Amino acid sequence: MDLLYDTLFNGLAIGSVLVLAALGLAVVFGLMGVINMAHGELMMLGAYTTFVVQNIFKAVLPEALFPVYILVAIPLAFAVSGLVGLLLEKTVIRRLYGRPLETLLATWGVSLILQQFVRSVSSAFAIGLLLAVVGGLLVPRLTPKQWWQQRWTPLLGTGSWIVSGLIGIVVASLLGGQRVLDQPWFSARNIDVTAPVWLRGSIDVGAVNMPAARLFIIALTVVALVAVGWFLQKSVWGMRIRAVTQNRPMSDCLGIPTEKVDALTFLIGSGLAGVAGVAVTLLGSVGPNLGGNYIVDCFMVVVLGGVGKLAGTVLAALGIGVLSYIVGSGSLLLVWPAMPAGLNELITFFATTSMAKVLVFAVIVVFLQIRPAGLFPQKGRMVEA
Amino acid sequence: MRKTSLRLLGGATALATSLSLVACGGGDKASGDFDGEVKVGILHSRSGTMAISENTVAEAELMAIDEINAKGGVKIDGKKLKIVPVEEDGASDWPTFAEKAKKLIDQDQVSVVFGGWTSASRKAMLPVFEAKDHFLFYPIQYEGQECSKNIFYSGAAPNQQAEPAVDWLLKNKGKDFFLVGSDYVYPRTANTIMKEQLKASGGKVVGEDYLPLGNTEVAPIIAKIKQALPNGGVIVNTLNGDSNVAFFKQMKAAGITPANGYSIMSFSIAEEEIAAIGPEYLEGTYAAWNYFQSLDTPASKKFTADFKAKYGDKRVTNDPAEAAYMMVYLWAAAAEKANSVDDNKVREALVGVSFDAPEGKVTVQPNHHVEKLVLIGEVQKDGMFKILENKGFVKPVAWNQYVPETKGYTCDWTQNRPDAGKYKM
Repeated sequence: MDLLYDTLFNGLAIGSVLVLAALGLAVVFGLMGVINMAHGELMMLGAYTTFVVQNIFKAVLPEALFPVYILVAIPLAFAVSGLVGLLLEKTVIRRLYGRPLETLLATWGVSLILQQFVRSVSSAFAIGLLLAVVGGLLVPRLTPKQWWQQRWTPLLGTGSWIVSGLIGIVVASLLGGQRVLDQPWFSARNIDVTAPVWLRGSIDVGAVNMPAARLFIIALTVVALVAVGWFLQKSVWGMRIRAVTQNRPMSDCLGIPTEKVDALTFLIGSGLAGVAGVAVTLLGSVGPNLGGNYIVDCFMVVVLGGVGKLAGTVLAALGIGVLSYIVGSGSLLLVWPAMPAGLNELITFFATTSMAKVLVFAVIVVFLQIRPAGLFPQKGRMVEA
Repeated sequence: MRKTSLRLLGGATALATSLSLVACGGGDKASGDFDGEVKVGILHSRSGTMAISENTVAEAELMAIDEINAKGGVKIDGKKLKIVPVEEDGASDWPTFAEKAKKLIDQDQVSVVFGGWTSASRKAMLPVFEAKDHFLFYPIQYEGQECSKNIFYSGAAPNQQAEPAVDWLLKNKGKDFFLVGSDYVYPRTANTIMKEQLKASGGKVVGEDYLPLGNTEVAPIIAKIKQALPNGGVIVNTLNGDSNVAFFKQMKAAGITPANGYSIMSFSIAEEEIAAIGPEYLEGTYAAWNYFQSLDTPASKKFTADFKAKYGDKRVTNDPAEAAYMMVYLWAAAAEKANSVDDNKVREALVGVSFDAPEGKVTVQPNHHVEKLVLIGEVQKDGMFKILENKGFVKPVAWNQYVPETKGYTCDWTQNRPDAGKYKM
């Protein structure tokens, strides 16, 4: 019995990380059909936000407040990742709706840019970047109106971006001579996010040992799920999102601002990635390539669960969690100690973490052969986007 | 109008380019004191999962090069040659290491390459260096079972790190061992050796597991450790890179800590990694190295002080950095002894060369390894090690004597025989 509880708890623990990481993607990919390869990097931004919040608490606020920094980091991470996601939607993804392959490549590029950004961002770099963006946005406003009705107008738009970009580069490299401004904020190194003391211990319930960090993540996952579920089912904007998902032209006709709905959906999905980023700082390392560790698992969960269904995402994540725990920890050997030698060897062979991963992938591939649309396929009168 | 704006644009571009060139290239001092230059390659991961560790190594090499240059460079035929480093990023990707090594040898024509961290990267570069008969200096402790004419190993062989560490654990901490490692050549080979050693000296392996590099989900491993060692025991950790952070954070949360009777010995965690993981997760665990920043000798203190002065007060030195620093000096000394920077002549001169390294006086042995100081340390609250045992200098053994397949074999590059890399003693 203990073994069963142990397995259930650990499966739940692994699964809840997957649910939380995949939830944002389930919203973005499931509802909008956007393949966002930068999802992992939005998680990374959430993790870096946690780092910044932690340092501010350490440096500025009284020590007694330090234990709650992680609670402050959650909404902030949601905001940071959500806003970056919004920017991404407005600048890149909006232009690529209905073109999944281009979206995939573009967001992959964005993920690389974000990774390199946190590696090399320094004060000089940030000032240069800010100048370039502000310049690019302002120059068109400051130039005379009649310039904007000429044959060479497109050139002017691009030109102002190029020139302000170059000004940014020059300023950044000039300021870069200053040692203080040249110091990278985070650098390529991994950074240390320390969990507050109350999240470092564990609680024993019966024979099952429950680490506090895991319980916190499970609780956070439940809260996030309830919030997203409530938002989609009960709120006005949630209803609009579902309407647009089901039938975009009809929703448009009925006066639903579909562009706003798209932006909002993407903002929420990205924000949830930021929250997941806060959670994973409790478990693993925080570095520029944090996202890469999760992105494949996220897509796996969403595809296995059935695109567009939150319940499917949850069930798929928990299933993968329990399966990889059972295989990876070799618990089968404990349940049935007297199994035939051949089977015993086979199970021992798969009972390492890396082999368990192989087996889980294989099971998923076989499952998708039988049910290509995942656990909960979309039914009814879906209109193709 | 179109032409004008294009020309304006072109002008702006040229101006910007020249400005940024001035800004970037301003630091180069006049090299009038030198009679020539010698190019060396530096090839480490400056990005990706291994960057956490390899940055420090590259920086230590650059510091050694700067120091040698400040003293007048390498003196060949009475001429002073300035060492010019050519840096490449291996990007934590093993094929990239091989590709960049080729580029350094063919295109940049460097005299020697200092590089690598993971054994996987070394194994990827090995065929390149052997095919081109060039020379790689490799600064990291590794699993042994290799002795190439084209590689010089300044890190520890297993008998200078893993074996004494296991002996120490057996004597002081217990007989039941659980082995955890990353899933690539170093942990797997190191654990093979360890299993043979434990078999020979009365210990027992109660379990082992391997994580893919970069993996952060260690719940199944923790469950296995709890099943295999319910009341404490010895855990030997050969994880590399990011996974260590996840491992120690989750181990602490699950109560597998020194306070509960678990002795954890890591082979890839030095001062740098402790700072990144957080000392509060590692306090009380052990490590075996050939150098600790806390080593209390004048040479060691000077090395750390110089490193901090160059790269910032918060930085720390560690064993790989020390080995990397030392190997640049050993190369320069060998080049001066050979009176040439040609890699074949340097190779012949290298054996027997010694240097007063931060860990003490080290001498290159005939098997292209170095005689090294063996230390066992315990992680303290401040992220430094307390040295628990100093086993003195130990001569390197490349082919392991516990493993049946290599028992009785040795390596000696001063022998004039075709199988000098591996022959029966």
